[in-house]
Order: sequence, then C-alpha cells, then structure tokens
Amino acid sequence: MSKSAFSRRGVLKSGALAGTGLALPTIFTASSAAAFTNDPTGSSVTLGFNVPQTGPYADEGADELRAYQLAVEHLNGGGDGGMMNTFSSKELQGNGILGKEVKFVTGDTQTKSDAARASAKSMIEKDGAVMITGGSSSGVAIAVQGLCQEAGVIFMAGLTHSNDTTGKDKKANGFRHFFNGYMSGAALAPVLKNLYGTDRNAYHLTADYTWGWTQEESIAAATEALGWNTVEKVRTPLAATDFSSYIAPVLNSGADVLVLNHYGGNMVNSLTNAVQFGLREKVVNGKNFEIVVPLYSRLMAKGAGANVKGIHGSTNWHWSLQDEGSQAFVRSFGTKYGFPPSQAAHTVYCQTLLYADAVQRAGSFNPCAVVEALEDYEFDGLGNGKTLYRGEDHQCFKDVLVVRGKENPTSEFDLLEVVEVTPAAQVTYPADHPMFAGGALGSCNSGA
Amino acid sequence: MFGLDNKDTRMLLVVAVLTLCAPFILNPFPTDSAMAQFNAGYPDLMQRFVIFGIFAIGFNILFGLTGYLSFGHAAFLGVGSYSAVWMFKLLSMNVVPAILLSVVISGLFALLIGFVSLRRSGIYFSILTLAFAQMSFNLAYSVLTPITNGETGLQLTLDDPRILGVSATADGSIPVTSLFGLEMRSTFEMAVGPWAFQFNAGYYLCALILLAAFYLSIRIFRSPFGMMLRAVKSNQQRMNYTGLNTKPYTLAAFVISGMYAGLAGGLMASMDPLAGAERMQWTASGEVVLMTILGGAGTLIGPVLGAGFIKYFENIFSKINDHVLHGWFSFMPDGLEDFVVFIIHPFIGKGWHLTLGILFMLVVVFLPGGLVEGGQRIAKWVKGRKNKDDSTSATKTPAE
Amino acid sequence: MDAILLQILNGLDKGSAYALIALGLTLIFGTLGVVNFAHGALFMIGAFCAVTVQRLLSLSYEVVDETQKDFLGNPLKVKTSYVESWFGPEMGGAIIDWAVPIAIIFAIPIMILIGFVMERGLIKHFYKREHADQILVTFGLAIVLQEVIKYFYGANPIQTASPEALSGVANVGALFGTEIFYPVWRIVYFFFSVVIIGGIFSFLQFTTFGMVVRAGMADRETVGLLGINIDRRFTIMFGIAAAVAGLAGVMYTPINSPNYHMGMDFLVLSFVVVVVGGMGSLPGAVLAGFMLGILEAFASMNEVKSILPGIDQIIIYVVAIIILLTRPRGLMGRKGVMEE
Repeated sequence: MSKSAFSRRGVLKSGALAGTGLALPTIFTASSAAAFTNDPTGSSVTLGFNVPQTGPYADEGADELRAYQLAVEHLNGGGDGGMMNTFSSKELQGNGILGKEVKFVTGDTQTKSDAARASAKSMIEKDGAVMITGGSSSGVAIAVQGLCQEAGVIFMAGLTHSNDTTGKDKKANGFRHFFNGYMSGAALAPVLKNLYGTDRNAYHLTADYTWGWTQEESIAAATEALGWNTVEKVRTPLAATDFSSYIAPVLNSGADVLVLNHYGGNMVNSLTNAVQFGLREKVVNGKNFEIVVPLYSRLMAKGAGANVKGIHGSTNWHWSLQDEGSQAFVRSFGTKYGFPPSQAAHTVYCQTLLYADAVQRAGSFNPCAVVEALEDYEFDGLGNGKTLYRGEDHQCFKDVLVVRGKENPTSEFDLLEVVEVTPAAQVTYPADHPMFAGGALGSCNSGA
Repeated sequence: MFGLDNKDTRMLLVVAVLTLCAPFILNPFPTDSAMAQFNAGYPDLMQRFVIFGIFAIGFNILFGLTGYLSFGHAAFLGVGSYSAVWMFKLLSMNVVPAILLSVVISGLFALLIGFVSLRRSGIYFSILTLAFAQMSFNLAYSVLTPITNGETGLQLTLDDPRILGVSATADGSIPVTSLFGLEMRSTFEMAVGPWAFQFNAGYYLCALILLAAFYLSIRIFRSPFGMMLRAVKSNQQRMNYTGLNTKPYTLAAFVISGMYAGLAGGLMASMDPLAGAERMQWTASGEVVLMTILGGAGTLIGPVLGAGFIKYFENIFSKINDHVLHGWFSFMPDGLEDFVVFIIHPFIGKGWHLTLGILFMLVVVFLPGGLVEGGQRIAKWVKGRKNKDDSTSATKTPAE
Repeated sequence: MDAILLQILNGLDKGSAYALIALGLTLIFGTLGVVNFAHGALFMIGAFCAVTVQRLLSLSYEVVDETQKDFLGNPLKVKTSYVESWFGPEMGGAIIDWAVPIAIIFAIPIMILIGFVMERGLIKHFYKREHADQILVTFGLAIVLQEVIKYFYGANPIQTASPEALSGVANVGALFGTEIFYPVWRIVYFFFSVVIIGGIFSFLQFTTFGMVVRAGMADRETVGLLGINIDRRFTIMFGIAAAVAGLAGVMYTPINSPNYHMGMDFLVLSFVVVVVGGMGSLPGAVLAGFMLGILEAFASMNEVKSILPGIDQIIIYVVAIIILLTRPRGLMGRKGVMEE
C-alpha cells in the first residue's frame, strides 16, 4: 500500500512509449529530468521512517514509530489532530501535505551507521521517499544526514544529542529538533549550583566515543564555570556492561559528585553499579555524594528502577508538561496506544509536523525550498514553548527541562519529575561557539 | 575457455549472466503491485549483494580450502574501507587508486595477522583472529578516532585537501566518487510497461569485479596451490611429516582472502564513501562465516548465494511493517485479516532477526551442504522427472 | 594499596561470571565436542527466569481509585499484588523482595529441562557434523531464543533488584585492617560461584557418574565399547551445563539489569576465556575466568590507563594473544582437542 507512491515512475510510464525501453537518467544524476530527487507528482507523498527496530534501542525505535504513525494519521486528517491544533502555524489542513496523501515506509537502522545508510538508501532509491527521518544515536544520525545531503532529500533528525550533529558534521539538508550536549550543560549548571553549591569536585565517567566526549566537554565546561573542580575524566569502553571497576576508584578519589556521561544501556548499568557501591549514602568533604546523569531517557531509566530516585538530569521533553501542546500530544498518543509518549516519540512527531508545515508554507517539496522555509523559522505550540530553527546550523533553540528521578512514582510511567524549565535564552549559544566549530553547512542539495 | 574446463566455464557464464541481468532478475514484480515489496533490484542492495559476494568468496578461499576458520575477517574489510575513504579525502575521487590502496593495505594487514595467528590451528587460530579483529574494532571506535572518526565513521567533508580534484564542487557540495568521470551513483532507469529497472554504474563496476574475483577463485580452486590447501585441510600432520612446510601455503591463502575482504571494503567505500568501525565488529566477522556456511562452505558458488540470502533478509524483510501486511491481506474479511497479520507480525519488520535465525536452523538441519545442496536437490529432482526411466544413473554431483 | 585490593576484589567478582559461563561451555565442549554458540542465550534465559519470577510474584489486580488521576486524567487504577493480599503486606512484600533467590529454585528445573530438550531435540543430531554446521545451528538457535525473549519482554533492560537485606555495601577491608566498602550482592555472587564451581568439580571427582563422564571426555569410544551408555550421561551433563549458565544468569540480574542481548555480550568473551584456559580443561576455564576478570579490573584503573590509553578496551584480547602464542594450547589445554 505504501507502494503506490511511485508518482515519479507514473510519469515515466505515461511518457514512455509503451513496451519499448526508454532510458531516462534519474535520482542521483546531475542531468535529471525531474526537478529534484523523488519529486512526488502523483496523489501521494512518501516519507521514510528509519528507526532502530533491532538491537539495544529497539524499544525507543518502536516508540518513535508509533509517533510517526500518529503524525501521519493527523496529517491525513485522522484522529483528533494532536499538536496540529496547538501548533502556531495553521497551514496544515489535515488533507495531507500540499493536498497529497502522506504515505510512509519503515526501515531498521540496527543502530549501525552502515545498516542505517543501507536502509535510508533503499527508501530513496526504491520507495521514492522525499524525506528521511529517525535515528536514536548520534553516529547513525550523522551518517544518515550525510547520505541525505548527497542524495538530495531532507533529513529530519530523531533522537541525537551530540554537539556534532549540528556542529562539525552539520549539513544543509539536515535539521535537528532535539537538544544537545551543550544545552544539557547550560541547563543543568544553574540547578546544580542551587542544589549542591559552588564548591564541588566532579568525577566524570564517559562513554568512549564522540557523543560521550562532546557531552563530557559541555558539562565540564558548564560546571567549571560555576567554580566546580573536575577531579578526573575517565573513559569507559562502549562494550562495557559492568562498570564496577570504573566506579570503585571513585570512592577514594576525593570527588563528591559523579557525572555519568552515558546513554541507554550504558547509563542503566553505570547508574545501577554506582548505587550498588553505596555512593549515594556516602559523605565526602562534609557533603552528601551526588550523582548526575546529564541526558535522561525515561524509557531507559525504567531499566535502572529505583536507582534513579533523586538523581538529576536533563531531557528534551516530558509527558507531564502542562502546556497545551504537550497535553494535546499526550492525549492523542495515550488514547491510541495506552501509555504516555517518550521524548523520542515527541521529537520525531514534531519533526514530521515541522517538515510537513515547511513544505506547505514553501508550496513545494523541493528540498531547497523546504530548507529555506525552515531556516530561522519561529514557532510555538509543540510542547517546548517558543522555538527557533536557527538558520546558521539548523538547530532548534527552545526550553530545556531539568528533571529528577521521582521519589514516589504513582505509576510505571511516572519516573521523572520536572524540576525546572530552563528558558531557551539560557541555552542559546553563538553559531561559531568553539564546541560546534569545524564544519560547514554547505549548500542545499535537491538532487537536481 | 579462459583455461577452465567445461563445467567451470558454464558456471562462470551462469554467474556472469545472473549478475549482469540482476536489475531484471531482482525486479520481477511490477512497481505498483503489492509484491513490489520483494523487489531487490535497486542500486544499493544490488551493490551489497555483489560486494558481500566478493567478501564471502574470499573468505571461502581460506575456510573452504584450508579449513582454517577465521573469526576476524571483518577487520580486513574495515581496513579496506578506511584506506579507500582516506584516498578519497587526500588524493582524488577516482575509485581506482582507492580500491588499489585498500587491497594493498588490507593485504599487508592480513600478512601481519596471518603470520602470527597461523602459528596455531583449530579453535586457537579462530580465537587469535577474533582477538585481533576485536582489538581493531575497539581501537577504531575510540582511541584511534583521529584516523577513523570513531562512532560516526569516516566521512568526506567540504574541506578535504584533495590533491587531484576539488575540495568542494562549484555549488558547494562534496564531489562524488567516479571512475574516470563516470559517476558511481549515476543510474539509468528503464520503464517497461508497469516495470521499472534501474541500471547503476557503480553496480556494474562491482559486478565486473565480482566476475573477475570469481574467475580468480575458480582458478585458485583448480590449481596445484588449491590442491595443496585441500591437502592441508584433510590432514595437516601428514603433510608436515612428508617434510613439507605448509605454513607458506596457508599464509598465502590467508593473505589472498584478506585482500578479497579489503577489495570488498574498498568497493563499499567507493559506492558510498563512509567507513564505520562497526564493519570490523565480531558480528560482522560472524556474518561472513554464516554466509559461507549457509551457502555451502568449500563450494565455489555457495558463499555468493549465502551472502545474497542474508543481505536480502536484512534489507527486504526489515522493511515490511503491519501497514504493508494489512495492504496485502485487505481482500480478506476483517477478522481474518487481523488474524493473519497477527500471525505474521512477529516474523517481519523488527522480527526479521527471528526469521533469519529460524532459516539458519532449517537450512543447516535439512540441507547439510548449505543452499548449494538445495539447488542440487532441485536440479536432481527436475532431472529425475525428465528421465524417470534411468533415474538410477543420476550420480551425485560433487558440491562444486 | 586499598585501591589494589579493591580491584582484586572487583576482578574476582567479574571473574566469577566469566568462570561460571566458561565452565558450562567447557563441559559441553569437553563432553559432547559441540561448539555451542547458544550458551550465552542460556545465561540470558536464566536471567529472565528471575525476571519472570519477579513478575509472577508481583502479579496484581487493579482497583480504581477515584481520588487519583492517571496521565490521561482518567481515574487511576491502583495495583495491589496477589501475594501481598494473600500473605499480608509485610510477608508478601518480603516474598517479592526475595524474588531473585526464590527464582533459583525455579530456574534449576527449567534450565535442566531446556538443556535436555536442546540436546535431545537438536544438538544430538550434530555430533557427527562439522564444527561449522554446529556453529550455524547453535547461532541460529541463539538468535531465535533471543528474539522470543525480546518479543515478550521488550528490548530495554528490566530492573530486578536484590533483596533489601543483601543490597548496600559491606566493609570487607575490616579483614585487612583497612576500610574497603564493597556491594554485598557482589560478594554473594562470588561465593555463590565458588560453591557452584566446587560442586561441579566434586561431582565429577567423587561420584561414579562423574568418573564415567571424565572417562568419556578423555576417550568416548572406549567407554562406549565398555557397554556404558555414555550418551545418556552426556545428555545429563548438557542439562547441568545449562543449569550452571542459567544460575549464573539468575544471580547476575541484580548486578546489571538484564536485557535480551546480554547473552551475546558475554558470548565472545566466554569463548575467549574457554580458549585461554585451554580446550577441554575445566580448571583451565575457571582459572582463565578469574584471571581475565582481575586483569580487566586492573586495566581500568586510572593509573594504568594514563600510561597505556585505551588499554581497558583491549586487555582481554591482548592477554589472549600473548597466552595463546606462548602456550600453544592455552593455560591447561589438552592436546588434540579442537585443534584440527
């Protein structure tokens, strides 16, 4: 059913002399007959949802997929419309995008760059997808973003938190709604200062790859600006499952705060291990020992169970937010699936809506027109307050949530509570900030 | 022909026809039909078929002939990819130097690892190769990030200092890989009635290289060198007792198969200029082992079949979702439709691993010789039906 | 000094998981001559036995509480577990709290049964087949088992806590006159593994059954010629190996929240442990397990990492290479086992 989107081929067919082979250059070639890659000329348009369906992030991928399906339903006029009703732009009519019915294809990234690119390529080459979105790790997001730039389609990043996605690896065709490591640091620092004071010794455990490094750099910079001292930065192998041998030395290091720059399974295990070693009951330098998890994911935090109680971190969005947009989204998602959406689900839903709206406003699916429509676009009503899609690096600037593991959860979804909503201005940085330097957007590529 | 006997010539011709006509063969369903989901004739997947075919053919030269089971072959593929991407970054976007360098570098790397690992045999050899590959993977993922770009993978950027060529094209994009100006990504599309067939320059380059690699592998299998390797497999001790040092032979086989892997890696980077560390992980090494055994270890064509089989499942089955299922079965009454979708649901989309696991087991239980044996059985059955009278004379063809 | 003692302790504790898994693998290698890639999956299934027991114990009925609201604004459904309503909140709570130790009782028969079914139903047919075929079929089986667990339990880790009384830390340094705090459950895990390993060794050493199995490991054909039904005994050994892997998994759950791919994470490592220990040698497997655990712990010390950056990423493999190159058959391997 999602196959009938071959409008490009529909044109070929009608134009081709029946039966005889008419060769036309397409897709990647410079002299393409079409105006841009996968120009949807029929009655529908195909989007490609590329999420991890196998491997450790499969559950997050499944949640993203749910949100995508909800977004498609809303775009096509089904359901209760969700955040389309609260979105500041009223261009979307519930009749698809530019009157074309929205169809989609799905793929499995396996959280591997190669597999993710293979999957995205098949969507572009075989299914005629005009936009690719998804992903739940920065490595994959950056790899697929590069591919989409080359192929001339738009990439709307899913869950990717590394500074590099809109920093040194930014691309003109790629956009990120999710927040990043720098913003986590900037949002957390004032809260940490209020809670723990300015005289602290921090010990960093960091996943030994790009995302971990950028986050460690961001958090260390933000906390050192408060007057904190960084005792040690220890890198842990990605494949590590038992972090006990990295936690054990913390005990005698003189540090009184442990920062866990880990995500997903690594985060669950390192946090569990840290609590096991009694770090939370310790008193060092006359102060209570504290643990900080800069990037929280509710889905994953569940795996750490009671260990997250009272531990602070940041998150892009949380279902307990009381603004209109969040409420509308939680209502339609919860009614359809029976549980509240995760931050991954929220960000990909927003991205789909933002893309659809940009096309609508631009009046064209041409990637270059979409880029123009999204750049420096200001919007509201998608759950994060007033938001800006900055033109210089294609990063969204919006409020960031500082959250804490809840002491007395009332349900299995009620794990985190919002401590503070850090306003966008406080997490905004100049586009040429050194942590984001070294890359160039290049020019938009429409594949034409 | 080409110094091959009749049977081998026939097989080479069959492979040649299959690969060159792949855009037709792999796209049997009209584009708008529900079955189009099973079409595999798009450039990326076709490229993957032949590239992993080359990888598996190379692996089979070592494993099929000598019986040495390397569990770290993906390291050579990864090294090949990195070399090729560096060549694109530093020298030129032409794929020829990139592929040459990747073969040379991975050959050297294989020489080094083979020299050390081949001091042991059996499972001790397997674990040594596994250890080297895992070390390469772990280091590439983290400590060697300046060379490998770690998690993200090595990509081209707009400020690469390309000596022969430009850093960025006039319109501000990264230049694309090409063969003396023929862009690897250029695709010609042919529409025949409701069908659409895609002919991709990169695919045909890979296919031609596959044919050359396949031809070379036949020659190796049939050569005195190949005989010697087989002798090593059947009884290395006896070989040693005859006063013959087998190590140079096994090492040569190891290096050749490492170079095949490097070639595959170089081609992968040429088709899509990215090199990620995951290509070296043990699961990737395990995959080529599975491809070879699944297709039929020690046979010429088996590894290629195995590679195609696994890649097909990875890329086609993972993309089927419930929506697609509902589309297929929409002709059924509602209750029945939901039931059928419910039954099939665990095996498609995110469940493609499950399907693959079950198929592994079925193949190895019922077809001890791998997919090749399946083919032979079918051929025999067809033959048997053709001449029922003297079916007894049908001899069992050796698995090659 | 304290830091070193701490890492030795840590190494022993990590090593006990390696040793337990490697022990089971070697039992299967040694007795049946089968390369079992599904062994990690058995470890994982053991862990999910604990998860299941925990879930069964906390099975609950729902009472609608009009005073509280759920996330959609509907009345909240308050859950009360059956166990708590039957035994009273105190006793019931204690039973749920002790879910992991209770799971051991269930895991033993379940794992032995799974072992029997696996051996009789599948592995049996592969004794005479090539190692390559064994790898393919057991790898396929491992994927299937893993995906089945994923289908029912999802991909995210599931927390399975240790009993309240056994969580927290204890001062093990008191023995040496210093202060070294170490998690109680990890100490329990270490002693548990020592008991299991000791049990297996004495079983093989001091019982007639064990004697026959050892004889069979050394020379299967001759033992068969003596009219002893060695196959049946080997089936039982497969069941025992599965139970060892399963128990290692049950007890591991409070240390790290189990997920469906934890078996694969351990698989490669346990193969390295077995081979470093030497093929066919049970003491070798145990020794290698503890040794690699301790070396891994030392390699992750900051002092070591500052001299050799990234050494903790590769230590296991470096050690494996060094040992295999200096000792052709690992630490204590027997000649001719899996060498061809």
